[in-house]
Amino acid sequence: MKTPVSWIREYVDLPDGVTTEDLTRRLTALGLKLEAIESTGADITGPLVIGRVLTMQPEPQKNGKTINWCTVDVGAANGTGEPQGIVCGAHNFAPGDLVVVVLPGGVLPGGFEISARKTYGHVSAGMICSARELGLGEDHDGIIVLPADAGEPGADAFDVLGLGEEVIEFEINPDRAYALSVRGVAREAALAYGAPYRDPAARSVPAPNGEGYPVVIDDPAGCPVFVARTVSGFDPAAPTPDWMARRLQQAGMRPISLAVDVTNYVMLETGRPIHGYDGDKLQGPIRVRRARAGERLTTLDGVDRSLSAGPAGDLVVTDDSGIIGLGGVMGGETTELSESTTTIVVEAAHWDAVAMFRTGKRHKISSEAGKRNERGADPAITPAAADRVVELLTTHGGGTAEPGVTVVGTAPARPTITIGYDLPALITGMAIDAATTVANLEAVGCVLVKADTTLTATPPPWRPDLNDPFDLVEEVARIVGYDQVPSVLPREAAGRGLTREQRLRRRVGRTLAGAGCVEVISFPFVGDAAFEALGLAADDPRRRTVRLANPLSSEEPSYTTTLLPGLLRAAARNLGRGASGVSLFETGTVAFPVDRGPAPIYGVDWRPTADEVAKLFEALPDQPLHLAVVLAGERERAGWWGPGRESGWSDAIALVRRLGAELGVGVDVAAATRTPWHPGRCAQLGVGGEVLGHAGELHPKVCQAFGLPQRSAALEIDLDTLMRQAREVTPGPDFSTYPLAKEDVALVVDRSVTAAEVGAALREGAGDLLESIRLFDVYTGEQVGTGRKSLAFALRFRAPDRTLTEEETAAARDAAVALAAERTGAVQRS
Amino acid sequence: MSGPNTDYDPVEVTPLQPEEVEAARDAALAAIAAAGDLAELKQARLEHAGDRSPLALANREIGALPPQARKEAGQRIGQARGAVSQALAARQAELEAEHEERMLVDETVDVTLPTDRVPTGARHPLTTGAELIADIFVAMGWEVAEGPVIEAEWLNFDALNLGPDHPARTMQDTFWTDPADHGVVLRTHTSPVQARTMLSRTPPIYVVCPGRVFRTDEYDATHSPVFHQVEGLAIDEGITMAHLKGTLDHFAAAMFGEGISTRFRPSYFPFTEPSAEVDLVCFVCRGTGELDGASCRTCRGEGWIEWGGCGVVNPRVLTACGVDAQRYTGFAFGMGIDRTLMFRHGIEDLRELFEGDVRFTTAFGTEL
Ligand SMILES: [Zn+2]
Repeated sequence: MKTPVSWIREYVDLPDGVTTEDLTRRLTALGLKLEAIESTGADITGPLVIGRVLTMQPEPQKNGKTINWCTVDVGAANGTGEPQGIVCGAHNFAPGDLVVVVLPGGVLPGGFEISARKTYGHVSAGMICSARELGLGEDHDGIIVLPADAGEPGADAFDVLGLGEEVIEFEINPDRAYALSVRGVAREAALAYGAPYRDPAARSVPAPNGEGYPVVIDDPAGCPVFVARTVSGFDPAAPTPDWMARRLQQAGMRPISLAVDVTNYVMLETGRPIHGYDGDKLQGPIRVRRARAGERLTTLDGVDRSLSAGPAGDLVVTDDSGIIGLGGVMGGETTELSESTTTIVVEAAHWDAVAMFRTGKRHKISSEAGKRNERGADPAITPAAADRVVELLTTHGGGTAEPGVTVVGTAPARPTITIGYDLPALITGMAIDAATTVANLEAVGCVLVKADTTLTATPPPWRPDLNDPFDLVEEVARIVGYDQVPSVLPREAAGRGLTREQRLRRRVGRTLAGAGCVEVISFPFVGDAAFEALGLAADDPRRRTVRLANPLSSEEPSYTTTLLPGLLRAAARNLGRGASGVSLFETGTVAFPVDRGPAPIYGVDWRPTADEVAKLFEALPDQPLHLAVVLAGERERAGWWGPGRESGWSDAIALVRRLGAELGVGVDVAAATRTPWHPGRCAQLGVGGEVLGHAGELHPKVCQAFGLPQRSAALEIDLDTLMRQAREVTPGPDFSTYPLAKEDVALVVDRSVTAAEVGAALREGAGDLLESIRLFDVYTGEQVGTGRKSLAFALRFRAPDRTLTEEETAAARDAAVALAAERTGAVQRS
Repeated sequence: MSGPNTDYDPVEVTPLQPEEVEAARDAALAAIAAAGDLAELKQARLEHAGDRSPLALANREIGALPPQARKEAGQRIGQARGAVSQALAARQAELEAEHEERMLVDETVDVTLPTDRVPTGARHPLTTGAELIADIFVAMGWEVAEGPVIEAEWLNFDALNLGPDHPARTMQDTFWTDPADHGVVLRTHTSPVQARTMLSRTPPIYVVCPGRVFRTDEYDATHSPVFHQVEGLAIDEGITMAHLKGTLDHFAAAMFGEGISTRFRPSYFPFTEPSAEVDLVCFVCRGTGELDGASCRTCRGEGWIEWGGCGVVNPRVLTACGVDAQRYTGFAFGMGIDRTLMFRHGIEDLRELFEGDVRFTTAFGTEL
């Protein structure tokens, strides 16, 4: 809401010396937040004066243009009193006209400095200004021609043009619809200073009679009040007075024609949207009802609209010709005010706010009138607003007010609100006594009935937002001042700290960072292009997504099922920016759709039952927390210590094992085939019999598709599963201090036999004396034969209660090798 | 001693004269002092203290001396040998120390060589920022509550006094899942977590809810369709706006430094009544609006930074979520984590948070 300060001051006598900054500070403290203070012409410095054109000599130029060599009387403003010679390119004026002249030394918006300069063979000492050059609008058809009574040549032009006037732009919260008017803003200003206030809507209006334009309301809930007045003999060519046009512009509206401008002006003044009909085009009585199935209307923005029927449908205004407007939102084309309109039927009607909101949303119409109607305008001032329109139309458009005054319906009654006098103090913690509560509620316009311990308030008609006890608390508190709220720490309950899962998530992040990985956060939106790049088959479950009804981009219409696309793109971005290698991780929610029906919408007057709450939760997609890592390019740097190392499949698997160790769970690793991994270099990871996810080298095609180096590696696991399996309490380890016995064995097996299989057999065969086993070498080559490999294991034996003999150790080793031979065909290498 | 030494052979036995003992001692001491390294010292030890050294030989002859001469000679030779052995030990220690020192000098490396074999990892400031906030509240006895990002419309809106026809609903541009009439949205704020908490627990409730939220905003330097919020909810007997102010002042001081407090401005949120915007004293200029004679950039010269929204929980919300509104009151607040970090760390462009450039993230390390 943009409001000129002078307009506010028309209705409130602010104390002497109150600056615009003071005013906005106080209003912000009351809840009308300052957005900006604008000052038109703030970037113009004088001399800017009124001039009278004395002579103008058209001079055609070689470039085809014709310029006017003018002499202009600027009084004594040029210091000499002699006429000023000025070259002007415009032609929309004549000798004798009053114009606006900026003299040498002046500066126009944009830092445009004016000096006497030679042009078109003359010395042009200044400029005759257009509205655009002064920053007053886009009109560049010609220069500004002032009314004949604008002032004397040489007089300052700032005031005449309304330059230098301050306009405050407020951000108005949805509950303060009354402040979408100068009437409401001025009321708050009066409240801020305890200053006298004159309500612009307080005027005596002619009594309703039966001679007005006939109006019938079929839906009084949708349209409780409808006031109609008629002006006839209106001159459609009558111009809008400058002061009105200027205020409309200052408020951010475009002047159109006198009739339209008057309705907008009164809306800004009172907050009451007004609609004007061309009375000569109306056919029969005006009727308000809900739209019926199949009905359409072309609104005055030229859009043909299909209307919504039924008791919650669009409210329409009709006459004998059919529908002529969407009530309270936008009029129709057929009865639109035009340049030939001489009879104007003025509508000031009160509309149901919810109906206005629905219609505006349904038809995507956002208008100044709709904004006020859907938030709730004052229903009590409809006759006054209509009367004000009639006054301005007849004053400036030369018509006459018809004696007929139609008023149908009455303003809806307000509910009363009862509170204890101490409620504001109890809720705000401020020391607010009963007298303050009473005074402040009366100051905002509530009518109070006071009992011993409680008061009953009837809020004023312009405050549809006041309905509940706490609404009154806010009114009392904001006038006392929110700066008076004391600062007191509550007495908190004994908290239980972070949950186990929250602590585990931190451990996961720290572990990965400790392993040299950098966390990224990407957007969880995904589309087919990413799935194609990953090489997902058409029936891959990851292609079944939770789709968005209104995605930002049709390319990425779904909530993602995998963190890999965002992560792979981030890796490529880093490499593209010059990184020689990246290790990135992300933890984030992915979503898988469920078909358990819609989520119900319950009422809000009581808590839904446990079953009802469960139904809400059931309808939501599965949303597991995933962890993904991508390792691309250099993993270890080359340096004085030796060569560097590129990332590979084993780095990805190692990270999962490291997480498992950190969380106290053993990670099972098995060969697997899964997109987007290399079919021979992908591991399925498991914990406690549950599948955790996959890790390994990315498929060469995937690396190519994402612009990553070959052999880049990745992992994606379900972090919820890992955390569920995490060890709750670590038992203190029990270990022997007897001497260690070491045995190394090298076993030759077929190439297809995995190290894990051989290791498991050795472990089982070695029995309880085995303390640890570790594979320390893999060898392939002639010595072991084609298609075979040698695996070298270090076995470490120790007994809890004695020193092992050589025989005991050898027996355990032999048992281990024997079982490995039996299970995997291993042959001990001599 | 009784009787003469009959074995006495004046030809064979020529007892060392005192001068000779002294000469042998001096020669030994000189050789020891002259030994330049441990090998030379070893040689000197052999020559002057070894079995064939003059003093050793002289010592062996003491027994052959006449008894009356033995004592004196013994003393003299003993003293000389003692002096030599002491000198040897001292020189040995000296040379060993020198040797060790030289060896350590030889082993000198360039300690300024790079050690960045494995690159450094880091956690995202949005993660560690949320943790920092959580820790501040946990230290006050609060708990951290979480909920799903894809949420039931009723929990995201209706339960929070944002009915279907509430004008404020258009303030939050919502992503709907398909089909839109199934009542499932990407949560537009973390408030549904508050609703879930009230539905599942009985007061007193003190929870803070950090999390990811979504709005259909175009992506630019200050807006993102995906961003992060932290909200707080306290419900207890006798809770007032003063407790809200106290909590936020404490939060501000913990997050931005001692002396950084908040102020309230009246505002509107359907979830709360009365409602307020929270401003933070600018921690850069400490509220003066000026820095080094120029207008402070962080707060644009205002001295205050807009931080978030808050208020007393609307009793309608308590009722919808099953809390006895007659017995309990509550307060709630919320602010953007992204925005908070942007001004805390002077981050100019919001998009830096989501680009995944490791140079951005590693600057923050693993804790904020
Ligand atoms: Zn500052």
